[in-house]
Amino acid sequence: MADGILVVLEQAGGKVRRVAYEMLSLAQSLAPGKVSALTFGPDAEATRDGLGRYGADQTVFFGGDAFARYSSDGFGLAVAHAIDQVDPTAVFFPATAWGKDLAPRVAALIQAGLATDCTEVLPASDGRYEAVRPVYAGKALARVAIDTPRQLFSIRPNIHKPVETERAATPLAVDPQVDPAEFQAVVTEVRQSQGGQLELTEAEIIVSGGRGIKAPDNYRILDDLAAVLGAATGSSRPLADEGWVPHSYHIGQTGKVVSPTIYFAIGISGAIQHLAGISGSKYIVAINNDKDAPIFKAANYGIVGDLFKVVPALTREIQALKANE
Amino acid sequence: MKILVMVKQVPDTATRIRINSDGTGIATDGIKWIINPYDEFALEEALRLREKFGGEVVAVALGPSRVEEAIRQSLAMGADRAVHIKTEAELDASLVAEALGAVAREEGFDLILTGKQAVDDDAAQVGARLAVVLGVPQVTVVLKLEVDAESRRVRAERELEGASEMVEAPLPAVLTAQRGLNEPRYPTLPNIMKAKRKPVTVKTLEELGVGTVLQARVMALTLPSERPAGRILEGEPEETVRELVRLLHEEAKVL
Repeated sequence: MADGILVVLEQAGGKVRRVAYEMLSLAQSLAPGKVSALTFGPDAEATRDGLGRYGADQTVFFGGDAFARYSSDGFGLAVAHAIDQVDPTAVFFPATAWGKDLAPRVAALIQAGLATDCTEVLPASDGRYEAVRPVYAGKALARVAIDTPRQLFSIRPNIHKPVETERAATPLAVDPQVDPAEFQAVVTEVRQSQGGQLELTEAEIIVSGGRGIKAPDNYRILDDLAAVLGAATGSSRPLADEGWVPHSYHIGQTGKVVSPTIYFAIGISGAIQHLAGISGSKYIVAINNDKDAPIFKAANYGIVGDLFKVVPALTREIQALKANE
Repeated sequence: MKILVMVKQVPDTATRIRINSDGTGIATDGIKWIINPYDEFALEEALRLREKFGGEVVAVALGPSRVEEAIRQSLAMGADRAVHIKTEAELDASLVAEALGAVAREEGFDLILTGKQAVDDDAAQVGARLAVVLGVPQVTVVLKLEVDAESRRVRAERELEGASEMVEAPLPAVLTAQRGLNEPRYPTLPNIMKAKRKPVTVKTLEELGVGTVLQARVMALTLPSERPAGRILEGEPEETVRELVRLLHEEAKVL
């Protein structure tokens, strides 16, 4: 009988993203002792200790060169076959670029319901689950039930805490039953963008700029603040549309939806689409010279003032704080 | 080259969301409806491919009568004709993919383009599910696209976290568009006039053999809790900054 949770995750060079541990810990809290982890690639085996430590009871590795290059159709089929053999009630995917591509493919293959980008997965009756997922970029929250025998969820990064356990995961042999020669869409190259910029959706702290910075070159003072904080950098939509920053900076309903511990909104007035995209932030700090700007209504803390004076002073003050620690 | 573009009508992103009386959806009175912004990138890319290779661009949309407006706009942007799957039913991603897939099978296609997600339910499922329904490969969240009509292959750049990857796939395929792929055109007045005469085929779910049994159901829709009023500091920059850092360090304990 179907039982437990299968966590499907990505790895590269034997390293997993933090969301892998977040998912395993969530799965372990929901189905203690019945959590399996599945990952791919030549270095897959190297992830075993970490996966066990954060909540995997069993590990399935689709290793070797066959799975060295991601293919949505090939990996999708392999996951579908793994689900057949492991027979879990629920399957978790990360709501990352990788997981968002793979999860709906698997869901359609096994004709199962999928709730994407969930911020909560909760126990329901009969050993089943329900989920909460933001919609309209966070302007509303949907509580979702999946009615198919297998329940699929993708989990938003940066929401759940990874919890360390003493567990040692045991390997489980599963046959992927795929032929890599038949993979159709195949990744041929991965390109790192601009000096390994920190990913906004996984960042603890974000420094973000809006029209108030007045000129593209002025973004430098935000970079300086981000550097002392170890923060990722983002922007409101106009800056990305104007080409002052890359599109990947754009935070909001038609850009990225973020959930950092601290979000610094600098020279951002707070359009409704932007406020939706940052509503998952624990603390919002606004710096703006217009005290009537809507961003102050969403902010936990704010400074009304000239950002060109406030931000450099803030950078110095935080530098001093860090030096004293 | 025959290209289908799957277009969804969604509330304008400036909409303040209110919950309807039964608590499972949004109140739709007074809403301004638009084409899902990511679907506009998909449509623009389809039009550019038609300009390059010739062929036909067909817009396909699903929903009640109000969706006709999104269809007319797609035609005004340059789609040759459209199919409207007319239904009042609330479908999930699996049923939408089945319905779109049924139209795609009837039409035939070299390429299907749609947005990487719709900005209403943010599900990001239909593109990949549609690819499975049709038994073709997918590339999602596409930033750049090269189509080789001769070898019938695509090479696409898709966005990752702080990186991107190049994916190659054979046609036919389903691709989903990300912001940055192109800059969608505005319909010109002559094209708006012309759009009124372009053919729109109406289909029902029954005709397409698609049921209404959901795999995923919204049990309740709620608004997020309001954030408590914040501490807003005014005064000399040095002083307000010192106080802000103290608050973040000692009160919030996040620095």
